[in-house]
Amino acid sequence: MRTSFTGFRIAVLALAAISTVATTACNKEAPAPAPGAAPAVPAAPAADDKGPIKIGILHSLSGTMAISETSLKDVALMTIEEINAAGGVLGRKLEPVVVDPASNWPLFAEKARDLIQNQKVAVTFGCWTSVSRKSVLPVFEELNGLLFYPVQYEGEESSWNVFYTGAAPNQQAIPAVEYLMGKKGGNAKRWVLLGTDYVYPRTTNKILRYFLHSKGVADDDIMEKYTPFGHSDYQTIVGDIKKFATGKRTAVVSTINGDSNVPFYKELGNQGIKATDIPVVAFSVGEEELRGIDTKPLVGQLAAWNYFESIDNPVNKAFIDKWMAYVKKNNLPGGDKRVTNDPMEATYIGIHMWAQAAEQAHSVNVDSVRQAVGYQHFAGPDGFDITMDAENHHLHKPVYIGEVKADGQFHVVWKTDGPIKAEAWSPYIPDDKGKKADWLYPWACGNCTAAKFGTPSGVSAAK
Amino acid sequence: MERLREIHSPRAWMLLGGAALLIAVVIPLVAPEYMVPLLGKFLCFGIAALAMDLVWGYAGILSLGHGLFFALGGYGMGMYLMRVIAGEGVYRSNLPDFMVFLDWKQLPWYWHGFQSFPFAMVMSLVAPGLLALVFGWFMFRSRIRGVYLSIVTQALTYAATLFFFQNAAGFGGNNGLTDFKRILGASLHDPATRKILYLASAIALFGTYLLCRFVVTSRLGRVVTAVRDAELKSRFCGYESTNFKLFIWTLSAILCALAGALYVPQVGIINPSEMQPSNSIEMAIWVAVGGRGTLGGAVLGAWLVNGGKSWLTAALPSAWLYALGALFVAVTLFLPNGLVGLGSKLFRSKLVRSVGRLRQPSRPPT
Amino acid sequence: MRKLHGGEVRYAEWGIGRQVNSRPNNLGHVNGVRLAHWQRRLLTSVMVAVAATALPALAQAGPLEDSLTEAIDGLGAASDDKINESIGKLGALGDPRAIAALDALCDERLRVGTDGHAYVWDSKTRDLRSPLTGQVVNPEPRPLKEVEVSNEIRRVAFPVLAQLKLGSPDAAVRLAAAQELSNGGSAEAPALLRGALAREHDSNVREALTLAIARVDLGSADASARLAALEVIGKSGDDDFLSTLQQIVGQGADGKPNEPDPRVRAAAARARNAVISHQRVVGFVGDLLHGLSLASVLLFAALGLAVTFGLLGVINMAHGEMLMLGAYATYTVQTAMHGSRFNLLVAIPVAFLSTALVGVLLERTIIRHLYKRPLETLLATWGISLGLIQTVRLIFGAQNVSVANPDWLAGGLQIAHGLVLPWTRIAVVGFVIVVAVAVWFILQRTRFGLEVRAVTQNRAMAACIGIPTKRVDALVFGLGSGIAGLGGVALSQLGNVGPELGQSYIIDSFMVVVLGGVGRLAGAVAAALGLGVVNKLLEPLAGAVLGKIAILVFVILFIQRRPQGMFAIKGRVEA
Repeated sequence: MRTSFTGFRIAVLALAAISTVATTACNKEAPAPAPGAAPAVPAAPAADDKGPIKIGILHSLSGTMAISETSLKDVALMTIEEINAAGGVLGRKLEPVVVDPASNWPLFAEKARDLIQNQKVAVTFGCWTSVSRKSVLPVFEELNGLLFYPVQYEGEESSWNVFYTGAAPNQQAIPAVEYLMGKKGGNAKRWVLLGTDYVYPRTTNKILRYFLHSKGVADDDIMEKYTPFGHSDYQTIVGDIKKFATGKRTAVVSTINGDSNVPFYKELGNQGIKATDIPVVAFSVGEEELRGIDTKPLVGQLAAWNYFESIDNPVNKAFIDKWMAYVKKNNLPGGDKRVTNDPMEATYIGIHMWAQAAEQAHSVNVDSVRQAVGYQHFAGPDGFDITMDAENHHLHKPVYIGEVKADGQFHVVWKTDGPIKAEAWSPYIPDDKGKKADWLYPWACGNCTAAKFGTPSGVSAAK
Repeated sequence: MERLREIHSPRAWMLLGGAALLIAVVIPLVAPEYMVPLLGKFLCFGIAALAMDLVWGYAGILSLGHGLFFALGGYGMGMYLMRVIAGEGVYRSNLPDFMVFLDWKQLPWYWHGFQSFPFAMVMSLVAPGLLALVFGWFMFRSRIRGVYLSIVTQALTYAATLFFFQNAAGFGGNNGLTDFKRILGASLHDPATRKILYLASAIALFGTYLLCRFVVTSRLGRVVTAVRDAELKSRFCGYESTNFKLFIWTLSAILCALAGALYVPQVGIINPSEMQPSNSIEMAIWVAVGGRGTLGGAVLGAWLVNGGKSWLTAALPSAWLYALGALFVAVTLFLPNGLVGLGSKLFRSKLVRSVGRLRQPSRPPT
Repeated sequence: MRKLHGGEVRYAEWGIGRQVNSRPNNLGHVNGVRLAHWQRRLLTSVMVAVAATALPALAQAGPLEDSLTEAIDGLGAASDDKINESIGKLGALGDPRAIAALDALCDERLRVGTDGHAYVWDSKTRDLRSPLTGQVVNPEPRPLKEVEVSNEIRRVAFPVLAQLKLGSPDAAVRLAAAQELSNGGSAEAPALLRGALAREHDSNVREALTLAIARVDLGSADASARLAALEVIGKSGDDDFLSTLQQIVGQGADGKPNEPDPRVRAAAARARNAVISHQRVVGFVGDLLHGLSLASVLLFAALGLAVTFGLLGVINMAHGEMLMLGAYATYTVQTAMHGSRFNLLVAIPVAFLSTALVGVLLERTIIRHLYKRPLETLLATWGISLGLIQTVRLIFGAQNVSVANPDWLAGGLQIAHGLVLPWTRIAVVGFVIVVAVAVWFILQRTRFGLEVRAVTQNRAMAACIGIPTKRVDALVFGLGSGIAGLGGVALSQLGNVGPELGQSYIIDSFMVVVLGGVGRLAGAVAAALGLGVVNKLLEPLAGAVLGKIAILVFVILFIQRRPQGMFAIKGRVEA
């Protein structure tokens, strides 16, 4: 036994020695920058300046998120086809690279790395859930990639490498709550904040709680509840809401995600709760979700978005026609029942803005394009001239509030006068007031010599 | 020296050395940069597959709970990585970001100490080990075996998944732990750090392999195999089967946790989806594909399945599930001994025979 | 027990068209229209109740017919204010013939033609009808404009509708109307409520009306009226009043009691305690019933597995996908039958046969090779489940599909105030009982069942006496899969139908089967019942997640104590 143990140890030592040699070799090959220094990896230029420009599409096509993300992949492909038909970008065709991160968050990071380093894509459009974005964020920042993120989210973020084409909380949640407080919305005095237990509902509800406090709503009049992912039995919770709603006019703010919406609304209908008694405003229920729901129990319930398919304007009509033609041509599942929704519109705007910016920058280099994306204008299907904010990488967006109709579309009952600017950090949260993106300097420093990623100015101001 | 021979024939040792050289030296030199974390991940899966093979191939326990041990190890490492960057998160708070958005004001008790790397490493191995020990003691004592054991381990995993999915549990809920920056002072964004992590995984893999090999060729390993094949008979012979199984089970859980701990800094995120029951099933499938009861086969199976997955999700995004599903069906139907079994059956070449000799003499029953 | 209609039924055309058609030439003495007795009574009381606001409208009205038509056409006005005004006018007129138009308005079925008149769109027959006569309008004054309504309008329209419907001949409609009014709608018309109460014979409707009156009386200046109201409220145990009662008992910010009369305060305290204790009972009964409903879902998910796993020993990880296929079969039938009312009944055999066929195919091609290696069936069937999910995703899309509840399952059964059991869930409970009994019958009382049990207990011996064991295997697997398909039909009525539907049930179903004891049908039933009820009793205490975790830990500990499950039997699976 003794000898064998020695032998074992020798083997391990040998392996260790080999690896030390290997490590040194690696270090010689790629000298390590000082830890903590700015990741100064230059953007990988497309290998061939004449060939097609590769565009990464990083949406789950299988697993739990395929429900939502598949149509974003489709609309991205449609937009790329449209741009190619109009001559491409810089005279080059766009070539989509579709990968399937399979609703698996580490796989998102792996695929992001593969897209940037291996496929050498110029830009990536993708992600839906907050966790997938958080998972790929370090990769995009490390490799200086460019991500367009098309879904409404909880804010509290502003990355140098990400453009957010979905809504920040002040572009969706807060206007919806204000609407319900008003006469038209039913003068709600009591609030149920109901969500799926993950970061978007948690943060949104935190902001809403502070916002409600600022409007004089006491904590006793706020009920906050979370259910796990895929929760399907809402009997108890709807009963609780019913009890809570006695006495004062009550509204429900639902950040319930995905599949759980069907059993939730069915239960509301079953227990006889109508939109006129207890209105429910949802931030994750759009046309695409309604397609999979029997809409009867939902009629009159509310949703707040930056875009509805039912918005009547020529740009939107053209957008919908293009989409339906694309669906027909490619024989996508669902056929003529397919719809457009907010994240699809956000994807569409994002790709066009990127293409415009690349034309303007005369390059697809990430650093050049990034400079150009800020201040880009685009006539969006939402009926407004949409601008990208160069200071926080979010779109200025209009807000619409719609009531669900029996045909699965929305009847717009309220909208903002024009696009409103995103607040990446909510001013209602005391700790966040005055925060800015960490790559912004409050002074014009031109060609800065100081580290670009120094102490964020906004934070020191807030503290 | 005699013991070394028992572990492997000289030819197999040479083969092993060659593999080590290839994996630890050649690959880091030639692989493109983006491949390094990917391959590092495969190495970790290899360790997990070895752990799985130990309990399933040698002790006949089909665990559907190894995803849990893997993730617990990962969480231990993740907690260290979160604590070490206190004050550098999005909110510049001393607490991890997710606690800030939950409005927590101070660190929960179970997070204390994780700013120390040695403590975190010990905890990420001890906690899953302890869980496995207690759980295993209950299960093996009451002679739960076979299908029942699989389902009970699955229930355990499922309960843990539900628990970790809660934000209130204090482990970051659905998002888990992410946005890591440094490990032991080295930036995780630095390619050199990633190569070192890769090498650490390679060393851990070979260490685990040798350890497993040592265990299965020892007297203890033979008893375990005997218990697997005929539990009652071995009990009559005076071997307390519960203790043997418990030892193998706990050892396997700790090895799996080690794989998880190495996995997390390389992929940059740990969250409850890692412990979902389906992940545990996949681990069993790696082993089945490679060949149960053959340690080398288990590692090969893990690499093959995951490599195929990585490749197919990019090459055939809409049809890769078919390929994967077909692989599982085909392997169970036609290759009861996995690819290693197929290899030694089809090609009786010298090389393959030496690999074949790595296999256990008796075929494991199901 | 009362029957409560859900949204759909409540807005359903309670036809003025039908009314008028059944009594063709009902000309009479009120402004040229002869009305039924109840209609006249209603009209008078409404006119009294709202005379103050409605006088101008009535004053300028020539014949009632004209002002009614005018007000109905006003429902199609462009501005919300105009619509609200017209609804007010209709309320003032109190003519039940306006119900069809108002229902259509709330239901988004009101259209305005090119002639400026409002019409009712019948979504069933796809006809345009006159709002007053209910006759089909032909030719249609196209293009039609849909009147878009918001909740603001519905909030105005519902109480008016309820007032009009108080005179309906259908007790259920009256009940819904009385409840609408007692929920604090426009109860500023106590005379109307009292009038309705005086006429009412149906005890449920009387109860609802009494409550509605009590709500109004609580605000009365007369202390004895308040006392009487509190008496009624205390008896009803209706928790809608809880916060009001608390307020009466409590004190204002200045330290003075909110209610000056001590007798009323004492009565309010009594009423509050009565409400609270009543709610406690209702809450417990509710948890039990919800638990029963959850148990039926669990049992449906597990029943098929109890057959395939219990009798054949196959760890069928694709079992969840059989549920999913059953649900998609329901969807396909529904689409093919264009939403016919009874498509669900057709879906039942279709789902059973199609999933049973898939099951038999799987058994013949793959699973039969693995009987000697039960643990490996787990892996193979896992692979099969991946393939099935992806196939469905490619055919039907990754999106969920919409399976509608038929109208005869809409709404629910009101068991007590604040406790409504939806018809869908009741139907699922009933359906699962039927299926479980059928399975029991097949296994215990038929020749096939005898053969199955023989093969399960001793395969070699069964083969010797001439039982075709292979065919039995295939049929048993088909039966198990078919039952899962039936479960899919049931689940499609409760939740989502998407490619991943089955994944969320697979672990639960294994829990049920193992807890109950493999191979025992009774065990599966008992286990599902236990898990469902305990889960629902735990949920209010610990929350949904911790409750579920507690259940799982309980199952683990139970199996540790009794590895054979609740009802042990010797089957092919060795524990």
